[in-house]
Amino acid sequence: MSVVENVEPDHAELLRFITAGSVDDGKSTLIGRLLHDSKSIFEDQLCAVTKTSNKRGMERIDLSLFTDGLQAEREQGITIDVAYRYFNTPRRKFIIADTPGHEQYTRNMVTGASTASLAIVLIDARKGVLTQSRRHAYLASLVGIPHLVVAINKMDLVGYSREIFKQICAEFTLFLQGLGFHSIEYIPMSALLGDMVVERGDNLDWYSGKPLLDYLESIDIGHDINALDFRFPVQWVCRPQTEEMRDFRGYTGRIESGTICVGDTVTVLPSGLTSRVKEILLYNDRFETAFAPQSVTLTIEDHLDISRGDMLINSGEPPRITKEFDAMLCWLSEQAFDPGRKYIIKHTTRTVKGLITRIDYRVDINTMHQEPVNILTMNDIARIGIKVQQPLVIDAYAKNRGTGCFILIDEVSNNTVAAGMICSLES
Amino acid sequence: MNQRSYFTHLDALESEAIHIMREVAAECANPVLLFSGGKDSVVLLRLAEKAFRPSHFPFPLMHIDTGHNFPEVIEFRDYRAKQLGERLIVRSMEDSIQRGRVILRSENQSRNPFQAVTLLDAISEFGFDACIGGARRDEEKARAKERIFSFRDEFGQWDPKNQRPELWSLYNARTHPGENIRVFPISNWTELDIWQYIGQEQLEIPSIYYAHEREVIARNNSLLPVSYLVQPEAGESVQSMMVRFRTVGDMSCTCPVASRAKDVEEIIVETALTRITERGATRMDDRTSDASMELRKREGYF
Repeated sequence: MSVVENVEPDHAELLRFITAGSVDDGKSTLIGRLLHDSKSIFEDQLCAVTKTSNKRGMERIDLSLFTDGLQAEREQGITIDVAYRYFNTPRRKFIIADTPGHEQYTRNMVTGASTASLAIVLIDARKGVLTQSRRHAYLASLVGIPHLVVAINKMDLVGYSREIFKQICAEFTLFLQGLGFHSIEYIPMSALLGDMVVERGDNLDWYSGKPLLDYLESIDIGHDINALDFRFPVQWVCRPQTEEMRDFRGYTGRIESGTICVGDTVTVLPSGLTSRVKEILLYNDRFETAFAPQSVTLTIEDHLDISRGDMLINSGEPPRITKEFDAMLCWLSEQAFDPGRKYIIKHTTRTVKGLITRIDYRVDINTMHQEPVNILTMNDIARIGIKVQQPLVIDAYAKNRGTGCFILIDEVSNNTVAAGMICSLES
Repeated sequence: MNQRSYFTHLDALESEAIHIMREVAAECANPVLLFSGGKDSVVLLRLAEKAFRPSHFPFPLMHIDTGHNFPEVIEFRDYRAKQLGERLIVRSMEDSIQRGRVILRSENQSRNPFQAVTLLDAISEFGFDACIGGARRDEEKARAKERIFSFRDEFGQWDPKNQRPELWSLYNARTHPGENIRVFPISNWTELDIWQYIGQEQLEIPSIYYAHEREVIARNNSLLPVSYLVQPEAGESVQSMMVRFRTVGDMSCTCPVASRAKDVEEIIVETALTRITERGATRMDDRTSDASMELRKREGYF
């Protein structure tokens, strides 16, 4: 690790990814290996883990201990939903959403995956493609993760066999067709021994692709955000109301997609009024152009009635303004869906009351079969119809993650009970 | 005109944090930003300027003063609040002790664990429904599992097993009366990110973050700063060394590290190379047991 490389932020980017697999697949070992070999483990952490490994009579340090969790978890031998890990290399900053593979898997994976651009699905080379491998890939595609890495792990236990690797790739490729990933990469590895994770190792010479970390550092994620359709949900209106700024009205928010320039015509939805962008500001900076996912403050030429929950758009494909839409829903709460209860929907910066009017089907995530149901319980994935009290400005999730997602909040408990992804009109 | 075409990882983290702060301003009735004068809360203030200027902040600043803070930091806290023209509330543990809300075993004992009492009292005094804080997930494993909008019950407690699911950037800020939310806009930042941002934004920070000559005592693999709270024990000697602080907390339990880094660039170089975690190097209170941070958090600590 050289100093100059590591302190150079200008060409670093941020990549968020999720790892899917159970303890048996070596998921914790893989994360531990990535952190350890990229020199992201600190001495005091290494010391603690070495001590514990020795206490348990292990020959080498147990890399999976780096992701060991809370006292509450150790006492009960369970893992509590999503933990976030961070590491930097000279080329990128990484955020790993680490989710456990127990009963609540669907809920946890959907949560961790919601902000990820890439998913690593682990497959045990001895076992090949299992039901859970398909489940993990399906969930990653459902949540719209564009990039998939299939990590075929434990190659050391199958003699680093190229044949076995090829068989698994062929079988999984058939399944992955039609799931909509922008890119899929298969990497053979041994997380335990370190082959093809950070270092190439000496055992997989027949593999010509990049080791995992190299791949994560170089994959192009700049084109994942919808660059065409400008969407700007207004978060908060900035009105200083001071003597010299009596008339200043700044519309603050984060650009969910697209770009905007000074002078562009913008339309306010749902009102439909139009104006032009006067300034794009952020503190002492003034921009000519801004793009997703920048947070900025916009001022416009005319005095219009604009408040939180409104959305500014420009030319390009218009969103739908509607009180009814269909969505794929993941039920997150231990409390089952209750048709008699009112739910609150938070979509972009707009919060409205809503009703689930239909449940079309539930997806059996092991077989991908659709089955009719009347009730939704925790971890269920279902296609539903929704009706809301005030119109929402929506896009299909497949076209625009930021304006296609919503959460359902129970009005009585205030808990977040479900996550939704809006379907396109055609599907 | 400022034209940047490249979106760095700091830009991404900054935009996320600004978005979080604005959600608090829009969704919470009576928020407050916790400002200690430490480097993480200095970054929070810059992010608040980016989120809300040219307006005033839509919340006051508050500091829970243990009475054992480094004088340089307290001086900086007041200076910075005044410079920004924002309202600063200070609630002190000394008052909690006087009123019998906090009972210490000894005068020199670390006061960090008891901050929660004063904080919770202040929250109920002002009726705050959201506290914005500068905690980061990379600091400690209990933090790694905490939400950005972290819900607390009416006793101020965190229940790690009963957290609200948090998806995309759709934050649920709803509370019942008496409950509150702790919000951590820089959850996804690491120590290195903080220093790089301080460098990029040319932020002023308290002088004790930079290498300076200080009297210290070597004890349990740490350097303890000599003060009226920390004096040499039998057999220990006081030495004068070049040191800097990586965190600034209670004087009785915050240790400096040997350093010659005199400016942000040199600190960034040291941070990129350092092999010991921030809290491991500098906080005696987190070493007491494997789960000490988790226990303190459950009791309402930040």
